[in-house]
Amino acid sequence: MTSGDEVRPEDDEVWLDDDAGRLVRPYTVTAGRTHPTVELDMLTLMVSVRLSPALDVEYTRALELCRTPTSVAEVAAHLRLPTAVTKVLLSDLVERGVMAVQEARIAADPTDRALLEALLDGLQRV
Amino acid sequence: MAYNESEGLPTQVKILVAGGFGVGKTTFVGAASEIEPLSTEELITSESVGIDDLGGVEGKTTTTVALDFGRITIEQHGIVLYLFGTPGQRRFWFLWDELAAGALGAVVLADTRRLEDCFEAVDFFENRGLRFLVAVNEFDGSFHYSPDEVRAALELHPHVPIVLCDARDRASAIAALRSLILHLLSTAPPAPV
Repeated sequence: MTSGDEVRPEDDEVWLDDDAGRLVRPYTVTAGRTHPTVELDMLTLMVSVRLSPALDVEYTRALELCRTPTSVAEVAAHLRLPTAVTKVLLSDLVERGVMAVQEARIAADPTDRALLEALLDGLQRV
Repeated sequence: MAYNESEGLPTQVKILVAGGFGVGKTTFVGAASEIEPLSTEELITSESVGIDDLGGVEGKTTTTVALDFGRITIEQHGIVLYLFGTPGQRRFWFLWDELAAGALGAVVLADTRRLEDCFEAVDFFENRGLRFLVAVNEFDGSFHYSPDEVRAALELHPHVPIVLCDARDRASAIAALRSLILHLLSTAPPAPV
């Protein structure tokens, strides 16, 4: 916890009011964990190793989505969960051995001429 | 020919689409994307927690911001281009920090009726040294300013390109992306011989 606020018992009541509706669910999905244990970028491609039907619905859906390699951002959008929550969920699955990170190359050099020319060529054909 | 033949791995690149609320970011991302435009709602708290840290969200004032997401596969070069769109206001910069890391460049969408809405996005990219262009989204009934008038109003550096686009039109959105790549190429060092 980064804040110095005291955690008071009545905070629980504040937590459960209507305004907190969007907050409670994601926080519950991750069983209270707040950090992913595997380092994931929004573009990291995730791929299912095997489906595991005994898991909670969000986990099962993530495994189904990633039967073909799918980016973290796309999984988040399909699950309708914030990226931060999705990362915790996906890293849980990696730890359970049912999900893996698919190797890919994130190209981020805006001065890489070969990359830029390939992009330009590709976009001309779209 | 694949861009990166040796490894056979897909190459992922990221381009950002920024601008004020209602300027057409979602429309632009959707028009350019080969998949149905997707979006997530990212958590924002009164204490910006950042995208990788849910700590402290309990009991804090929480709201969300939309993050739009699209992709364009360039199969012949083994490249997948991802588009991310989200509002550019300063209070969302925590989200932009992760988005901007590893991004090639950005398109700042501007609406000439509310040019001031994109000031903060322009500021963000200038501060981070991420190259961008301004795409003026031509809405029906919007005032038509010349690119020079837009440049003066936004106090843009002379090297920042300004293009006109119709965010609803796929060809027009793709053309804006091509202009951004051309801009990056124009400033990239020459390829080694």
